[in-house]
Amino acid sequence: MSSLAVEMVAKALKLNIPLSVQLDLTYRCNERCIHCYLDHDDHGEMTTAEIKNLLDQMAAAGVFYLTISGGEIMMRRDFFEILEYARALMFCVKLKTNGVLIRQREAERLHALGVESVQISIYSHRPEVHDEITKMPGSLRQSIDAVRLLRAQGLRVTLANVLMVQNAGDYPGVKALAVELDAKFIMDPTVTPMMDGDRSILKLNVDHAALQQVFRNQEMVGNVEEFCAPPQGPDEETLDMLPCSAGHTACYVSPYGDVYPCVQFPLPTGNVRRQKFLDIWRDSPQFQEVRSITLRDMPSCSKCTHGATCTRCPGLAYMEGNMRGPSSQDCEKSYARTGIPSENYKARHASPQPVSTLKLVQIQGLQRSEFIGDRIPS
Amino acid sequence: MNNHVYVSRSKAIAARALGEETMVMSAADSTLFTLNEMASLIWEAADGATPLEEIVTKRICAQFEIAPEVAMKDAEKLVEDLAGHGILLLSGQPLAASRGETAGSSRETS
Repeated sequence: MSSLAVEMVAKALKLNIPLSVQLDLTYRCNERCIHCYLDHDDHGEMTTAEIKNLLDQMAAAGVFYLTISGGEIMMRRDFFEILEYARALMFCVKLKTNGVLIRQREAERLHALGVESVQISIYSHRPEVHDEITKMPGSLRQSIDAVRLLRAQGLRVTLANVLMVQNAGDYPGVKALAVELDAKFIMDPTVTPMMDGDRSILKLNVDHAALQQVFRNQEMVGNVEEFCAPPQGPDEETLDMLPCSAGHTACYVSPYGDVYPCVQFPLPTGNVRRQKFLDIWRDSPQFQEVRSITLRDMPSCSKCTHGATCTRCPGLAYMEGNMRGPSSQDCEKSYARTGIPSENYKARHASPQPVSTLKLVQIQGLQRSEFIGDRIPS
Repeated sequence: MNNHVYVSRSKAIAARALGEETMVMSAADSTLFTLNEMASLIWEAADGATPLEEIVTKRICAQFEIAPEVAMKDAEKLVEDLAGHGILLLSGQPLAASRGETAGSSRETS
């Protein structure tokens, strides 16, 4: 992030403005990715009018970055109507899609509407691997065709790769494909639980050795020595740091109007069908609780040697049963990165405890997590 | 530049007020700008129909203790700079206004 953007985020934080929102238009999808966390049935998506009303409210609330995602966004017949409305309200719009439904006409319209960037999920450069993950024959070819069409329009495109057992060795091939297509590349090494708490898809996560390999790949992390340096432990300053932007300057809205701190942090805070977006953002007790938590308030992580440098996701911690607790998947990553296990990692591996399974009220979905920046839709 | 300049916000941008400032991003190259309070007032008033001189007189000089000729000179420099980045459109004739939010200015390419 540029320093000016960082400055803007700091100002938004001070003013309590939701600078970034991810809005999922639908959970329906034309692919059936094996690692997907979503229930693809339509349980009553917001109507076009409801979404336009929400966009009006979000513009008034100060939202600048609007990520439109899903499901597959183009499964909604009103997608371009919604996009056009959002751009008229001058949101900085980023799209996440599999690209399968993008043809010349769609690429031209996306360019004409001034979309900032388009992220397309590519799981492998090999059709037999990608298509086996998406369960859609021909999907890699169609997604790559979309990338070419979008690039021909001059649109910025990012290939988003989720690392899992099935494609563990293919990320360099996807990165090379990105270079060939003149697109950016991001990779996420974490498959996360389904939003309803089902953790069965976690078995798709790569093992410790594969994670280590990624974290020691200079092409992926830059300066390996620096990236894998032993942790120093949190100091007084870092103990007062906020965990991440979720609930602070960013939030997520589901196709059903539910508002969460993040797509990966399914803590119900309100629903825009019943409340004003800004009222939820400012006044919901859940948002206020999330905002009150610093590293100092986390009994385990505040004492952990990785406390200052861990990529701990509060959403994943919440899905383990305690938003002030550790995120075991991030403990795994910290260990793979530095070779030094966290206390939580050691405890879990000394006597493995079943992670509590959250039974969430709403039927919702969740998108993949952090690492090199963005969240990757499946 | 003469004083009969009309300014209009480009449609190929993203923009949002942030406190008294305005964030503006160019869709062409994702360059991020922030406009200070005075520049934001000009941005908000850039409807394509109001001459820049009138904007400066009514929006800037009425609110700030600044000499009109100094304000006008600063405003001309600002709109030329923003026009150079495709954020504002300039014309000697009234322009069709584009729908949108409200835009000194810092800038950075993200």
